[in-house]
Amino acid sequence: MVRISVDTERCVGAGQCVLSAPDVFDQDDHGIVTVLEEPADEPARDAARQAGLVCPSQAITVAES
Amino acid sequence: MTTTDRCPVAFPLRRPGRPFPPVEYADFRRTEGLVKSTLPSGVPVWLVTRHEDVRTVLTDPRISSNPSHPGFPRAAKTGGVPSQDQVPGWFVALDPPEHGRFRKTLIPEFTVRKVREMRPAIQQIVDARIDALLAAGNTADLIADFALSVPSLVISDLLGVPHVDRDFFEAKTRVLVTLTSTDAERESATKALMRYLNRLITIKQRRPGDDLISRLLADGTISRQELTGVSMLLLIAGHETTANNIGLGVVTLLSNPRWIGDERAVEELLRYYSVADLVAFRVAVEDVEIGGQLIAAGEGIVPLVAAANHDGTVFDRPDEFDPERSARSHVAFGYGVHQCLGQNLVRVEMDIAYRTLFSRIPTLELAVPVEELSLKYDGVLFGLHELPVRWSSTEE
Repeated sequence: MVRISVDTERCVGAGQCVLSAPDVFDQDDHGIVTVLEEPADEPARDAARQAGLVCPSQAITVAES
Repeated sequence: MTTTDRCPVAFPLRRPGRPFPPVEYADFRRTEGLVKSTLPSGVPVWLVTRHEDVRTVLTDPRISSNPSHPGFPRAAKTGGVPSQDQVPGWFVALDPPEHGRFRKTLIPEFTVRKVREMRPAIQQIVDARIDALLAAGNTADLIADFALSVPSLVISDLLGVPHVDRDFFEAKTRVLVTLTSTDAERESATKALMRYLNRLITIKQRRPGDDLISRLLADGTISRQELTGVSMLLLIAGHETTANNIGLGVVTLLSNPRWIGDERAVEELLRYYSVADLVAFRVAVEDVEIGGQLIAAGEGIVPLVAAANHDGTVFDRPDEFDPERSARSHVAFGYGVHQCLGQNLVRVEMDIAYRTLFSRIPTLELAVPVEELSLKYDGVLFGLHELPVRWSSTEE
């Protein structure tokens, strides 16, 4: 399992998370990150981890639990 | 930490040919600490080449993008990053929190969804350019006639810049992205662009259109004066970088046709060429240690994204074009709060350009040997001056 938290203050709206894990992340009308749903399987968890790694403003934390 | 002074290396280093970054970068990455270099302006700077160090430099709050800080490195022999006095609203030259107001206002225009909605309009532009290519014969300079015209038209439509003014803004931009331009040339190009955009904004104040400049005017978060610099930045960044990426990518895909139409190729091309290697300049505003090197407050720093993107500890066999790798952690668009605002637009433009070009002109080939292609060694951005191509005259 992983726990995902996002810091909308830090987010700079690059959209890298949406490209990496489109089932997990989206951008709201302001372009800011929102979590659609917690990743359900291992591929989705991997994608979410990847999104955390490439986020340019380090606004995404994917905690293993 | 190392304090050993090494002989400063020249800057910028020459790319040895297609497509690799300067060979010296590999040595620099292995060097303990950082490498000292001297810019053409005579200013000493620290070159940062390891992927991890580049990401650190681009996110550390003790390192600034603002040229008004003492010691900020001037890139070219003359000129450099404009200050807010010179070009108000040139927001890449601002740090948080001031930078945030510009970024937050602009990001809704460049989200993944917004850019996806632009696909049909971009497709139309690409198709029209290819119609024109085919109508004109069976040879072309693919830079002037396609790679540059597509992103120019796309960003013009987004901003609300009339198509007829393309030659003007492309010519002025070329002066700004050429390393050998003089101070006077640079200043006159900047002023001409500012005057032009000022007039355009005044027209849009009177007669708003369905475009970004009109929307920013209506929103009001960015002042009328700042809007000049904002629109100038978007106009310049919106066409030159994408043009270089499209051109170089065509050359690579011609010899790797199985990757045409695969989105992974776009990501790998961005990493592979890293055209904006010489774009980010920074200054330390406090003493800071990067990669085991003490950088004193007031010293200039140049994070080299092509060096980071060819770091073998992050990308296996980095000098190979391999779309199967996971290239997503590349820093071709930078990193940190300034990471390219238009990156999703760039990806979509590259994707549509390659798919359409190769499907509509399947016999496309280089008209000169690849070794004879003219590379932009004089550019802030890496790319091709020209891309002579031909195709079978029976096409379409």
